[in-house]
Amino acid sequence: MKLKLVTLAVGAVMAAAPAMAELVFPSMSYRTGPFAAGGIPFADGYADYFTLLNERDGGIGGETISVPECETAYNTEKGVECYESLKALKPLVLQPLSTGITYQLIPKSAADDIPVHSMGYGRTSAKNGKVFSHVFNYPVNYWDGASVGVNYFKDQSGGSLEGKKITLLYFNGAYGKEPIPTLTKLAEVEGFKFNAIPIDYPGQEQKSQWLQIRRERPDYILFWGWGVMNQVAVQEAANIRFPMENFMGIWWSGSENDVVPAGAGADGYKALQFHNVGSDFPVFDDINKYVVEAGKAAGAGDQVGTVLYNRGVYAAFLAAEAAKTAQAATGRSEITSGEMRDAMEVLEITAEKMAAAGLPNFGPVFTVTCENHGGGGMAAVSQWDATAQKWSLITDFMPSDASIVDPLIMADSAAYAAENNITERCN
Amino acid sequence: MIYRESGDYSTTYAEDSQTFPIKFDRYRYYVVLFIAFAVIPLVINDYWASAVFVPFLIYAIAAIGLNILTGYCGQVSLGTGGFMAVGAYSVYKLMTAFPDVSIAIHVVIAGFITAGVGVIFGLPSLRIKGFYLAVATLAAQFFLVWLFNRVPWFFNYSASGMINSPERTIFGYIVTGPNTDATAKYLISLLFLTACAILARNMTRGSLGRKWMAIRDMDIAAEIIGVDPLRAKLSAFAISSFFIGISGALFFSVYLGAVEVGEAFGIQKSFLILFMIIIGGLGSMFGSFAGAAFMVLMPVLLKNVLVGQFGWATDLAAHLEFVIVGGLIIVFLIVEPHGLAQLWRLAKEKLRLWPFPH
Repeated sequence: MKLKLVTLAVGAVMAAAPAMAELVFPSMSYRTGPFAAGGIPFADGYADYFTLLNERDGGIGGETISVPECETAYNTEKGVECYESLKALKPLVLQPLSTGITYQLIPKSAADDIPVHSMGYGRTSAKNGKVFSHVFNYPVNYWDGASVGVNYFKDQSGGSLEGKKITLLYFNGAYGKEPIPTLTKLAEVEGFKFNAIPIDYPGQEQKSQWLQIRRERPDYILFWGWGVMNQVAVQEAANIRFPMENFMGIWWSGSENDVVPAGAGADGYKALQFHNVGSDFPVFDDINKYVVEAGKAAGAGDQVGTVLYNRGVYAAFLAAEAAKTAQAATGRSEITSGEMRDAMEVLEITAEKMAAAGLPNFGPVFTVTCENHGGGGMAAVSQWDATAQKWSLITDFMPSDASIVDPLIMADSAAYAAENNITERCN
Repeated sequence: MIYRESGDYSTTYAEDSQTFPIKFDRYRYYVVLFIAFAVIPLVINDYWASAVFVPFLIYAIAAIGLNILTGYCGQVSLGTGGFMAVGAYSVYKLMTAFPDVSIAIHVVIAGFITAGVGVIFGLPSLRIKGFYLAVATLAAQFFLVWLFNRVPWFFNYSASGMINSPERTIFGYIVTGPNTDATAKYLISLLFLTACAILARNMTRGSLGRKWMAIRDMDIAAEIIGVDPLRAKLSAFAISSFFIGISGALFFSVYLGAVEVGEAFGIQKSFLILFMIIIGGLGSMFGSFAGAAFMVLMPVLLKNVLVGQFGWATDLAAHLEFVIVGGLIIVFLIVEPHGLAQLWRLAKEKLRLWPFPH
């Protein structure tokens, strides 16, 4: 049997020989499994933006970019395999696109000096750069999302949530559990009644959850779902005729895939966003011209301008800006992951930078500092129009309530620091 | 010619009852141990340790555990994932509550805790068998996952319910946490596997194993010849869960480092390990190893060949993996319903007669 192992070993060593390139931005994607509906457009957007930079500008600062892809299927064991195989390619930054894999990479990132960018997911308290040196979750995190969502409901109900009922419908895993502490705290402060209803993986069956919602008649529902469970939830909400304008998803529960199956019933469903939606930006013309029409698109090229594709583009844009910052700081075009990390820590996203990249007003303006790895925590609310078949932002980017979120972040990161003997940086 | 008993004379009882009565087998076993302990640690790197060897070794422990219960004692269990979770959460609580105690001791204690839980969920086996028992153990699976999701004490009240393994050392060598060396990771898993395999092998050869097999083959007949079904079945549950608990503890602390119970220890884990022992061979130590190797290494190998070698799209490769692994499972089960272990046994029979088959 050992002999067989050795044979397998030899085969895999030969297969795993890395292809070297100058700037490596790996894509830990999932194009299979129950979350593929969300994983595919994101991975396409991420790869296509880098392809665009290669084709139009010759890379970043004259260095070409390679985007090796590894299929994680949202599975932590495959995530380990991907991490180890990608590590050999000297990646500049990793974007695991899974809260579970992010948690796994948080300690490893510091040990291997490879920054992790968990954009709007992962461990919320990673915002505290004093404890989490190599993890970044700018521009926004889940607790900001919970706070912005509750603030919006507060405005919607005329300035007070006293006596109202808010239900959190969530994916029963690390990702879905993240907002619970914030919402519990907000319930105390704002005086609303809060309860949380879990949906187990993968979430194709939600009859009992929606029965409970029908019985309890909450005024508002916040929804932390992903993949196939999103469209089921929207459909179920339509079935029980829950008022859609009182049903709001987090940014991972607000794409075309989630609302189109429910047809007209999904009209008015809301979702938080931390970047703009729609294909009305100059960058998409360039992507169509240089990438899709040239036959170089990562996927089928049919996702351009959808919410999650835009998010992939946005992630790639932020990574490219950080790489530019690193090149400017070091004066070299070839940078290491350590220099990339340093650059992410001083990253500044301005309106000019977004406009120059063909993404005017695409996201909020923010800066990252040593203490704050989470950016400004701004989110906007978007709404689905079933007749026009499109999402549109109905508010500006609004800040979260820092007085609620920040103490929670400090407490959670302090617990992590104590458990792992981490001394605070940036002092 | 070289693979035969003749010419190998035993002069003591100990020699007569050794695990490998054939000299060739014995030397092969020593060579395998030598390669595993002295050669691989010198050449192993991070990718080989984390993606290939560590998962294989840890799954092999779980497969040995389930094989004792299902293969030797005939009690079908679908609760393996849940029992692994018990091991993982026990070791997490112990690691964080007593940081100064060696992690090796914590892993063993986690095994004992799982054994206790296994006995409790094994009680129904005294009244029900077969498919009905499988459903009862399925209840254990769902209950345990629910419990670790629901009660914040188990994950030290962290916001997301994930557990993280902090850095721990054995004799000054880091074995858990992000700074673990590939060699340390590999050796700790290998040591536990070797110890578990030797223990399990000798138990199944002794009176305990014979009792289990008697119960498996016909429980009423076993009872008539004096086997106490209560003790035999519960000991099988306890010992099986002990091994599964150890594998769960290592799975969390050494292999993954951060775990979310529903994702890592869900029902699919129970099925995966059941498939391992069915493909490897029920009631065979070698089968546990072969099954774990097949189920762990095959997808990694296919991924490396299809994506790394042929440069195919990752999603296409991932889907093809399912097709190929699934197809191979069917082929193996049709060609040899008793698993890879039976192929191995047949090969040995043939070797014994070779080169004069008649």
